[in-house]
Amino acid sequence: MPEPLTAEPGNPERGRLVVRDLGAASCLICHAMPIPEEPDHGDIGPPLHGVGARFTPAELRQRLVDPKAIDPDTVMPSYYQLEGLRDVLGRFVGRTIYTAQQIEDVVAYLATLTEDP
Amino acid sequence: MRAALTLAALGAVLCGALGASAQEPDPTPRPPISGYDYMARATQELQDDDFVNPGFFAIDRGRRLWSEPAGASGAACADCHGAEGEGLVGAAARLPAVDPQTGALMNLEGHINDCRESRMNAEPYVYESEDLLALTAYVSHLSRGVPVAVAVDGPAAPFFEQGRALFFERRGQLDLSCTQCHDARAGQMLRGDRISQGHVNGFPIYRLKWFAMGSRHRMFEWCNTSLRAEPFAPGSPEYLALELYVAWRGNGLPIETPAVRR
Ligand code: HEC
Repeated sequence: MPEPLTAEPGNPERGRLVVRDLGAASCLICHAMPIPEEPDHGDIGPPLHGVGARFTPAELRQRLVDPKAIDPDTVMPSYYQLEGLRDVLGRFVGRTIYTAQQIEDVVAYLATLTEDP
Repeated sequence: MRAALTLAALGAVLCGALGASAQEPDPTPRPPISGYDYMARATQELQDDDFVNPGFFAIDRGRRLWSEPAGASGAACADCHGAEGEGLVGAAARLPAVDPQTGALMNLEGHINDCRESRMNAEPYVYESEDLLALTAYVSHLSRGVPVAVAVDGPAAPFFEQGRALFFERRGQLDLSCTQCHDARAGQMLRGDRISQGHVNGFPIYRLKWFAMGSRHRMFEWCNTSLRAEPFAPGSPEYLALELYVAWRGNGLPIETPAVRR
């Protein structure tokens, strides 16, 4: 997914705040990340240290927007997808988990994670 | 020939009862492991000591209600089921179950309210009310140590199938099913929570996150809402069917009420 979703380039500092937001399906539920000020990182998915070196921004964008395109059985939620969902809780109907700009901000942040733990 | 047919029929029945076909093996972890084993030591210690376990406030309240006359009948639970609940030891381990009179699937909450309405001429309790939690805690506690043994064959089979389907259905904005966490990922960390197998042998539980007791259906509701899925109502046919399936997954686990969970 090479095309950015927004005209405004992603902002890595904002992206770091977005992924920490525990009220918004935080990546930390499932992944360890180099965010030492947050306790209790999950271990459902692999640690995200070094993902910026292992994946291109295009691959990271695809992974966030719709990881089911990579593996239909994955437990990782699609952060920018409205299709194929059922029984969505009222206040989230018609809304994606992240906005387009948040996706770009998170992609920019992940791209900075070039070091292994 | 006859024997072969009978065997085939038996096989089909068994597959139905176990909820698994040849292509799709049943993913339920065996033997079942209680949620207790997934808790931190400090939480286990809270549960282990009846004098500090906060669930006993509910049980004490339940014991009071047990012998209090209620409704126009002026009767108390104790009048029919024994002053110390002797008549209901083991009952909670077999519920939910199909009521032979009505054909409806009923859980403990349903039975208590049915008694109130049809025998005591009393108002049914509101689901999740303090009184209903107290009585379900008291009655479940009577079965502490009794292995869960719900029946899922015969008249229970269609409810079981309905509950199983719900357990495997991906729902909500996060698009997750119960099985994805509680069959496949028990023991892994979802942030600070160790995922358990999702058994209900300790309910109603005292949940530290709630600072309160909660029923099995409240827990289902909590999980659904966390996945940003529209929950069903406590006491709804959907949650009753799900409760039957989930209880069956834990057949053999001892009733622990009042369990303490994170
Ligand atoms: C519910 C759990 C869950 C959440 C929440 C989650 N992920 Fe994932 N993620 C996974 C799993 C599991 C995998 C492993 C591959 C798979 O199954 O799709 C994964 C894989 C990945 C990968 C590929 C890593 C690799 O080394 O192959 C990236 C990158 C990733 N996730 C980023 C994120 C980001 C960023 C967020 C938050 C915006 C996030 N994930 C939220 C479960 C999750």
